[in-house]
Amino acid sequence: MSRTVEIVVGLFLIAGFAAFAFLAIQVSGLNPTATQGDTYTLVARFNNVAGLNQGARVTVAGVQVGRVAAIRLDPLSVRAEVEMHINDRIDYLTDDSIAAIQTSGILGEKYIAISIGGSPDILGNGDRIRETQSALVLEELVGKFLSNMVNK
Amino acid sequence: MLNAIALLGRYGLNRLATLGRAGVLFVAALWGRPTLRPGLSLLVRQLFNAGVLSLVIIVMSGLFVGMVLALQGYTVLVRFGAVEALGQAVSLSLVRELGPVVAALLFAGRAGSAMTAEIGLMKATEQLVAMDMIGVDAVRRVVRPRLLAGIITMPLLAQIFNAVAIGGAVLVGVKWLGVDSNAFWVNMRESLSFGEDILNGIIKSLVFGVIVSWIAVFQGYDSEPTSRGIGEATTRTVVYSSLAVLGMDFLLTAMMFGVD
Repeated sequence: MSRTVEIVVGLFLIAGFAAFAFLAIQVSGLNPTATQGDTYTLVARFNNVAGLNQGARVTVAGVQVGRVAAIRLDPLSVRAEVEMHINDRIDYLTDDSIAAIQTSGILGEKYIAISIGGSPDILGNGDRIRETQSALVLEELVGKFLSNMVNK
Repeated sequence: MLNAIALLGRYGLNRLATLGRAGVLFVAALWGRPTLRPGLSLLVRQLFNAGVLSLVIIVMSGLFVGMVLALQGYTVLVRFGAVEALGQAVSLSLVRELGPVVAALLFAGRAGSAMTAEIGLMKATEQLVAMDMIGVDAVRRVVRPRLLAGIITMPLLAQIFNAVAIGGAVLVGVKWLGVDSNAFWVNMRESLSFGEDILNGIIKSLVFGVIVSWIAVFQGYDSEPTSRGIGEATTRTVVYSSLAVLGMDFLLTAMMFGVD
């Protein structure tokens, strides 16, 4: 009897830890095999990064290649400077690539989409993407639209 | 008039003394080096009572809670054409709130009341006194394993509840209502972080485990040794621990996810 109890309790503990492991790996995406591994850093300056968060996705053609590591204000140009960590395997971003802040869906989260250009020079660690496109601020657009309506 | 004030004062002092006794019992139960020989097998027995026997109700309610959440979430999200966010909605509300809280409430009803009744009956039949007579520390032998078992099982039960509920949500959302399975899982993974959500959920259920089992063992230990007294103590366990869990949940949520 006591032996059966011990075995059942052991099973219970295993079930509890298995549920925890399931939640940790499957649900929160804490997957040790899927860590991005080695990365290199790129920076880009935007006029407006409204809504972009640290940790946001960086994509090429819709495929995630990195994350936003830091966002700060560049004191000289007074523009937003975004630091991105890009996966080491993506070593073919040209120096005429364009970084644009886009939104997934109308209300979705902001991410950075990089479109690769045709230049033979490749961006390396610490390089800056020169061509950028700022975040689309919906309120500004609506404001412009409304003032147009009034002026007519 | 003066009598009424005196009565109020006596009532307050009695309450205070009860709280003090509860604190003393808690410390006395956990004080001292844990013993391996009888301690471990007593603990295993209580893990069985508190954990394994609560498993059925936890799994069944988890399944239904997950299914209901998915159904409710779907009917709202489908209006905005955002059914892909179902995984996110379900898992966030489960891991942060519903999992720990509902599991704790079920635990209070299933295991907490049983603990109170058992200890209360031991007291009424003078088993606790008898233990003291033969030199066995009743608090260490009876209260400690139950308290520890409650603290250990609560987080595990909450995790099982969460996992099963997400399974139930998949069943309804993906298998039945036809939400894209990939979008469901990816959205869930994107929105939940391990440190912020899952660990905080576990901290919550640990706190609830301490609260519920502490109230349960204390109400049993402090109960009036009559059949009516045991009944009242059992009711008090369920009522007090439910209220304490919900109130504590607000404080913990404000601490963990509050606007700072």
